[in-house]
Parts: sequence; C-alpha cells; structure tokens
Amino acid sequence: MVKKISQRIYIFLLFLFLYAPILTLIVLSFNASKSRARWGGFTLEWYTELFNDEQIMTALTTTLIIAFLSALIATALGTFASIGINSMKRRWKSLFLNITNIPMLNADIVTGISLMLLFIGFRELFKIDFELGFTSVLISHITFNIPYVVLSVMPKLSQTDKSTYEAALDLGATPAFAFFKVILPDIFPGVITGFLLAFTMSLDDFVITHFTKGPGIDTLSTKIYTEVRKGIKPEMYALSTLLFVTVLVLLLIINSKSSKHQRA
Amino acid sequence: MNKKTFLSFPYLLWMVAFIVIPLFVIVYYGFTAMDGNFTIDNVKSILDPINLKSLWLSLELAFISTLICLILAYPLAMILKGMNMNNNSFIVLIFILPMWMNFLLRTLAWQTLLDRSGIINTALTALHLPTIDVINTPAAIVIGMVYNFLPFMVLPIYNVLIKIDNNTINAARDLGANNIQTFIKIIFPLSFPGVVSGITMVFVPAMTTFVISDLLGGSKILLIGNVIEQEFTVSNNWNVGSGLSLVLMIFILFSMALIAKYDKASEGTNLW
Repeated sequence: MVKKISQRIYIFLLFLFLYAPILTLIVLSFNASKSRARWGGFTLEWYTELFNDEQIMTALTTTLIIAFLSALIATALGTFASIGINSMKRRWKSLFLNITNIPMLNADIVTGISLMLLFIGFRELFKIDFELGFTSVLISHITFNIPYVVLSVMPKLSQTDKSTYEAALDLGATPAFAFFKVILPDIFPGVITGFLLAFTMSLDDFVITHFTKGPGIDTLSTKIYTEVRKGIKPEMYALSTLLFVTVLVLLLIINSKSSKHQRA
Repeated sequence: MNKKTFLSFPYLLWMVAFIVIPLFVIVYYGFTAMDGNFTIDNVKSILDPINLKSLWLSLELAFISTLICLILAYPLAMILKGMNMNNNSFIVLIFILPMWMNFLLRTLAWQTLLDRSGIINTALTALHLPTIDVINTPAAIVIGMVYNFLPFMVLPIYNVLIKIDNNTINAARDLGANNIQTFIKIIFPLSFPGVVSGITMVFVPAMTTFVISDLLGGSKILLIGNVIEQEFTVSNNWNVGSGLSLVLMIFILFSMALIAKYDKASEGTNLW
C-alpha cells in the first residue's frame, strides 16, 4: 500500500515537472499583462487579436504546410523504403538501418549546418539560382522525418506474414494490387504513427529550420526565436494553447475509440 | 535480386543526397581555409581556451543532465511497466504531447517558473521556505535539458522493460533471489540496451544544444553549440564553424558506435 502510494506520488511529481511549463503557457495566454512575470488579470484579448496578426498567421500557415507536406512525402518514401529494406539480406538491411539512424542520433545543429552548406555549396558549384527558403526547409524536414516513418513501419512489417502476399500473387493479383489489398492494411497503423510522429517533429523543429530557412520565410519556431529578445507577443501563447488543446482533444477521442476497439 | 528491394531506391538516393553528402561537405569546409586551400587550423581552433572551456562545460552539463535523466527515468519506467497498461501507445503519447507546445515556448516557460520573482519562488515564499536563485546559471540550463530530453530516456528504457518476460523474473524469485538481487542480476542487464539508447539520446542533444543555454543561461554562458552557431550566424566563418562541428561529430560517432554495439537485437533505436 505504501509502495503504491509512493509510486503514484513519484509519477505525479514527474508529470508535474513535464507539464508545468505547459500549464504556465496556458495561463499566460489569458494574462492581461504583456509581461511574462506579472499577472494582470484575465483576458481573452490575445485570442481575438491572434487572428488579426498577419505575421503570426503567415508563420502558422507556413509551419502547417511544411509539416503536412514533409510528413506526407516522408511517409511515402519511408513506407516504400521499409518494404524494400524488409526484403533485403541481413547485411544490407543493417547498412540501410544504420544510415536511417544517422539523422536521429546526429545532433540537430550538425544536421542543420550540413544541409545549409549543401544547399549553398550546390548553388555555388552549379551557378544556379537557388535561394534558401521554403524548398530547402521542406527538403530538410523530409530528411529528418523519414527515420521516424521507417522506425514505425518496420516493426509492423516484420510481424506480417509473407505468405499472404505470395498467396495474393498466386491468385492472380498484380504486385500493386496485392500491396494495397494485403500489405498496406497490415502495416497501416505503423504508417499512421509514422505520419503523426513526422508531423509533430516537423512542427516542433527549430534548430534545423533555423539554419536552412534563409531570410524570406518564417515558421512559428523561428518567429518565436526572433521575438525572444524583444519580448514574445502574448498571441503566441494563445496560438500554442489552441494547437495544444486541439491535439489533446483529438488524441483523447482517438484513444478512447481505439481502447474500446481493443476491448471488443 | 528481389524486386521489392527496388522500392527502397528513392529513399537510398534521398539519404545519400541529403544525409551522407552533406556530412562530407562539412568535412570539406572543416579542412579548408576561406581561399579553398587545405588546412587543419579550423579543427585546431577547438584548442583556443574559450572554445575549449565551452566544450568542457558542454560535456559537464550534458553528463550531469544525462545522469539526472537516468536516475529519474529508470524508476518511472519500472513503475509504468508495473502498471501493466494494455495500451502502450498511450504512454508514448503522454511524452510526445508536450511537443505540440512549441519547444522554444516550453523552454521559455521555465524562465517564468525559475525567475527570481517567478512562480516557484512565489510559491516558496508563501510557504516560508528559502527561495532559489538559479535563472541564468548552469543549473537552469541543466533543468532545461532534463525537462526537454527526459522522454528520450524514459521511452527506450520502458520499451525494453516491457519486453522482459515476467517468467524470467519469477524464476529468479523462485530460485531464492530477493528484490535487489533480481534487479541487479536479471532486470538491469536485460534492460541495458535501452539504457544505452537512452543515454545517447539524451547526451548528444544535451551536449550540442545552443537554444536551451541561450534561453535559460541569459546568453552569458556559452556552450559549444552556441560557439558553433555564432560562427555561422554572427561571424560568418563557416570554415571554423565546420571545423568545430567535426570535433562534435567525434563524440556523436562514439555514441553511434556504442548504440550499434549494444542495440543489435532490436535493429534500430529503441525509441518508438
């Protein structure tokens, strides 16, 4: 009994630690005072102002477009790659998986710098007109997103039974048809997890975007970073709260549905 | 050759173009002077007392943060295992969810919490306890690191712990091992690959961060990440920046080798 209570207290304290900053930000989004250090009364002003702030709205759109596109492309590339890797001989398989691990284990700052140097070096070498901007950020995000997809899809693939796919082929299905009817449904949960992880990582990235973005474009992260010195606009807290609460609600819905499903 | 293998070719091209080649570009910049001639001065600039000091501080803070993360995460992972959740993805979710609140804002929130007249100190004063004065010190940076990277320690350890067969543990008990013996002889050795994963997943980002030190160290404390970032954005000396990055990569390669050694069975990081 004592053990159970102390365990509960331990978990509670750690989650307090993990979620205290988030609670702080939510509270700040209702703070009438612009200062982060002082409570100036309750207001909803930042939530209404938010939608009139063109800069924040542009940064939000850019962030969401990059997160969506990079997650989508990374999911396609990563899913096909996983199927390919899964059918390889052991030695090749481990070589591929080691390359996949590089961006996950490498420091963000090194990945960001290396990509920036690549883009600029490429431009100098071939004398082409390529400025750092949307495209370079998108390419970088796809690059660091693919490993999350591969690592989510691979375990599902190794659980699937090879013979069902072969049976489909024997029964006259084309490989593409067999893929969509047999393999994809089996690995679909992994694909979705991969996509969501990729989307979240892209949304939360600052370092790699910081180095590859060039002057013309801002995501929410880089926008916040430039605001740190002059003071964060409270609208940012409101926006983050909205994003957080939206995702929280979505996840609770999905989770309650899937746990019902599991019980059935 | 298996036809399916070709499906991974677009990915292979992508990874070579945007992972492997860029690393060689850093090597190129790191070993050339501004005029393009070969030099090792960029790498040697790590021996500059200021750079050496920040490298040492980075190693020190990353070591402390990793240790704290391990001490906090292992019991948590054990408790979570003991709760026998039938829904493992829920636990991953709890740790991923904070990422929807921007990383910079989350870290900035610690400023508000740790400030001299911040939330924690206000609460401490109300309880007539002594206040803490950590903001803009290395301690604040360590708190920021532990906060940001703790999930990367919990998840790999949790993932190996739940794979341990309970029969193995019960067998040890049946053979007369007490709790401590079971832990030292059975549970900990079996969870070791997860611990190694966790250590590298925390140590590398902690050692190389420049944002956390920037936001919580009051921009007076320079970690090696700050030095490199400034070479690129302030002094525009890409060659020195690349040379210093190469020094960082030595540490990263070392941790990758460590993972490869202990993480063979699971074929990839244990994180997800």
